[in-house]
Formats: sequence, structure tokens, C-alpha cells
Amino acid sequence: MSPLRRINRLLSVSDSHGILRRYLVVNGFDGALAMLGLIIGFLVSEPAELDMVTNACLATAIALGMSGVSSAYVSEVAERKRELGRLEDSMISDLGESAHGRAARWVPVLVAVVNGGAPLVISLLIILPLWLVQAGFSLPVAPLYLAGAVAGLMICVLGMLLGRIADVSWVRSGLQTLLVAAVTVALIYLLTG
Amino acid sequence: MVTVKRLVLDVLKPHQPGALYFCQHIARLGDDYQVCLSVEEVDENTQTLQLEIRGASIVLESIEKAIAEMGASLHSIDLVEVHNEADKP
Repeated sequence: MSPLRRINRLLSVSDSHGILRRYLVVNGFDGALAMLGLIIGFLVSEPAELDMVTNACLATAIALGMSGVSSAYVSEVAERKRELGRLEDSMISDLGESAHGRAARWVPVLVAVVNGGAPLVISLLIILPLWLVQAGFSLPVAPLYLAGAVAGLMICVLGMLLGRIADVSWVRSGLQTLLVAAVTVALIYLLTG
Repeated sequence: MVTVKRLVLDVLKPHQPGALYFCQHIARLGDDYQVCLSVEEVDENTQTLQLEIRGASIVLESIEKAIAEMGASLHSIDLVEVHNEADKP
């Protein structure tokens, strides 16, 4: 069986596809909005060196990733252990070596990777314009504004993904999440400007 | 040579994997296996099944292993059909 099919099997046995989708979107959204807030914060402040901005954003991305991985792993291990125990009580047998036992060991790892990986990857994509300028590439728009636009795009895409999952209009769903980003930016300008 | 042609098993399994995957997984164990699954009882966490397997030469050990691997347990063997076929010269 291919690795992807094995993962799919573990997720099916433990009914975990839904939680993986939820964590991908929710924590991806957290990462994107946090980065957007950081970028807007730098835009409304005194001009800062680009490497200071990049380092602050990268540090935040790493912290978001670590937070996602550790919190999800600890909570999922506890939940899966509890569920496996309940199933073993119902089956009156040890399921440690079965597909359910393997799922209880590996699904928390998968969930943790998604929970931490989503905000980290999205954050890294958002700060890509900053890295490109630091690497010597010239961009048509100032890097902070471009990073802000990328953040808005990521938020919109996550909203569209939500719409597809929920089987509702993905355009409307994308616009709704974009509105959330716009309100966030407006609040930051209002309270800091 | 004595070969097992038909088995009817009483199996307790969790809800996952589902009945279709369960049947398919058992059927893959033998080239000519025919598997029929009937759900007898359902509760919050488990299902009680009757599993009927037909084939030219059924190997119970591999079926038991597959059942355990899927988190199910074999409660009893309710029916066995065995043939004694003369070995070919």
C-alpha cells in the first residue's frame, strides 16, 4: 500500500479527515491574519529596516508553527488514547496492534503537522516578497504592501476553500473572509494611527 | 486432500473500517474468495456481523489475522464446510 493510501486508511479508521480540514483552515487563517496584523503594524510605524521586519515576521511564523504542533499533538494524543480505551472496552480486546492502535499513535502526529504546518507555510508565503527584495530582486510594488496583498489573497483562498468544503458559494465565502481581513486592517489603523 | 470450502463466522467489529472495506479486505486474501457480510446487531461503538466466505481452499489463519488487523474479533465459527478431494495422480 502506498504511503498516501496508508495515511488515508488511518484517517478513515479514526474518522479524522474532518478535523484535519478544520485545523488546516482555522490555523492557516490564524497565521495569515497574524502576519497581516504584523505587516500593517510595521506600515503604520516609523520605517524599519527590512531585515528587522523579516526577522520579526519569521519569528512569529515559527512561534505559530511550534504552538500549533505542540498544542495539537498533546491534545490529540490524549483524545485518541481515550477513544481507543473506550473501543477496547466495547470490543473486550487489546487493539494495540490493529489499525485502530496504529491510528491512535500516528493520527496525532498528522494532526500536529497540519495544525503547525498550515500557519507556518502560509506565513512564509506571505513574507516571500520581503525575502525576494533582501535577495536582490526588484519588485514593482513596495515589499510590505506586496506582502499585505499576499496575506489578503491567502485569506481569500482559505475562505474559498471553506466554501468548497461546506458546499456553499466559494466566491461569497472568499469575500466574507476578505471582509474579515479588511475589518482587521481598519481596526489596526483606527487604534494605532 | 481436505480443503475448507465454506465458513460462517460470528465477528464483532468497530464501526470503522466500514462493512464494504471489511469485506473487500477479506476477499483479497484469496483469488476466488466470495465474501458475504450480514450485520446482525449495532450498538454505539460496535457491530456484530455474520461473515460467510466461500472458496476453493479457504485459509482460516489469514482470515483471523486480517480480522484482528482491522480491529475486529472473531467470536465463533458457526459453520464449516470441508471437502475431502482425492489428490490428482
